[in-house]
Amino acid sequence: MLRIPCPFCGPRDHSEFSYEGDASVTYPPLDAPEEAWFEAVFLREDRRGPTEELWHHLYGCRAHVIVERDTLTHEITGARLANPAIRAALSEGEE
Amino acid sequence: MQRYSALSVLWGGLTGQKNWRPVWGRPQPKPEYDVIIVGGGGHGLATAYYLAKVHKIRRVAVIEKGWLGGGNAGRNTTIVRSNYGIEGNTEFYEHSLKLWENLSHELNYNVMFSQRAHVNLVFSPGHRDMLARKYNIMRLNGIDGEYWDQDTLRRRIPHLDFAGRFPPLGAYVQPRAGTARHDAVNWGFARAATALGVDIIQGCEVTGFIREGGAIVGVEARQGEQEYSIRAEKVGLAVAGHTSVLAKKAGLGKLPLETHKLQAYVSEPIKPFLDCVLVYGGVGHFYISQSDKGGMVYGGHLDMYPSYAQKGNLPIYEDVAAACMAVLPALGRVKLLRQWAGVMDMSMDGSPFITKTDIPGLYLNAGWCYGGFKATPGSGYCFAHTIAQDRPHWANEKLTLTRYREGRLIDEEATGPTPKLH
Repeated sequence: MLRIPCPFCGPRDHSEFSYEGDASVTYPPLDAPEEAWFEAVFLREDRRGPTEELWHHLYGCRAHVIVERDTLTHEITGARLANPAIRAALSEGEE
Repeated sequence: MQRYSALSVLWGGLTGQKNWRPVWGRPQPKPEYDVIIVGGGGHGLATAYYLAKVHKIRRVAVIEKGWLGGGNAGRNTTIVRSNYGIEGNTEFYEHSLKLWENLSHELNYNVMFSQRAHVNLVFSPGHRDMLARKYNIMRLNGIDGEYWDQDTLRRRIPHLDFAGRFPPLGAYVQPRAGTARHDAVNWGFARAATALGVDIIQGCEVTGFIREGGAIVGVEARQGEQEYSIRAEKVGLAVAGHTSVLAKKAGLGKLPLETHKLQAYVSEPIKPFLDCVLVYGGVGHFYISQSDKGGMVYGGHLDMYPSYAQKGNLPIYEDVAAACMAVLPALGRVKLLRQWAGVMDMSMDGSPFITKTDIPGLYLNAGWCYGGFKATPGSGYCFAHTIAQDRPHWANEKLTLTRYREGRLIDEEATGPTPKLH
């Protein structure tokens, strides 16, 4: 079992989460050229080693979390909320 | 090549088994070949064999980082079938199944291909309609498929649970499908390829590619302390599980792949219990067969997150065990003996590619998701054709890399560009 440190819920089993994809992928504007959409939808870095992934805490707080994880060792070195506004609000709350 | 026969086995038995000879050696890499195949798994070895046999290209090297069949070729559930419903897949997998049917004779090596039927359980009328459509498509394509009603199912698989809340209503069956001995396939291809002059170089890692004017004209490799520059007119990659890593070194850039891991399990050996490949799909995901040693060989879903580690995780085992109990509760007390995991090229539409690339001299065989074992002879046959003739064989014409850009996806599961769901 991987333990993912959810910024809201603390360390939780990965079976509460759903893996959603490479966090470095961003979707282009709707009117962007087809090439940009092709790349965003189909092409992946597929890194062997440290990477950033998007996980959905589906059976928890339902937040999307960006997890820093090594695909070779499964070591998790960090996690932050994917939504910048909620991330900012959460860090304000801590201060 | 020393031919094997019933007589040679008998003779060996009478003469203290002293007649066996090593069937492939440890050749030093030559400075130049016609074709280099990177990856000594089933697909790479089959490609080398068909290059030498069908296309008469004898100066071929297979370069393998580990040992023969140490990757996914030795980490699968040995199922062979061709029950596919989408053009591109149907003709390719059927071509492969036809090669399987003669493989032991072709290689003079018993690959223990057993056409024991692949039985896909049906649990609801909707499920039946969906599979009826697929199996009708198969029949229209000349692939065998039939329906077993519940009475037939009770007779053929007596240990199935019909007392549960949602008992199986019947099953769609491909009688010509079955299992094969995974190691034997690798060894058979390696032996037959060696006999035709192919060099199989193990323990040798490809570290880079030799380039000339935009084309790839060979590989840089390392075997222990020794470094080699090996030239070849054509280089083929058959390294499913690590395709993205090698593709980056070759300058192919990003591919429509995510690398995931899939587990498989084998139980302690038991008496004959199941004489077919049984699949509980749709609602759950579970497939099981019994090996000739008696062990129940089974598996289920991917671990559902990308990984290059050949080690599995427990939550999926819980799912798989639950699915097993839903259909074959009699196995509840049978102990798990071994568990293993392999890394899979999960492609964006769940189907593979066997193709030339944009880089002259570089050919790609990848994206096998978790269906690569059954494709072994077909993949080798088509990849050899693509390399030798510089154009695809009719069976892999649609297994291109450009189909994603063109919107011609071969998405058997209809789950879209979400690799973990294929």
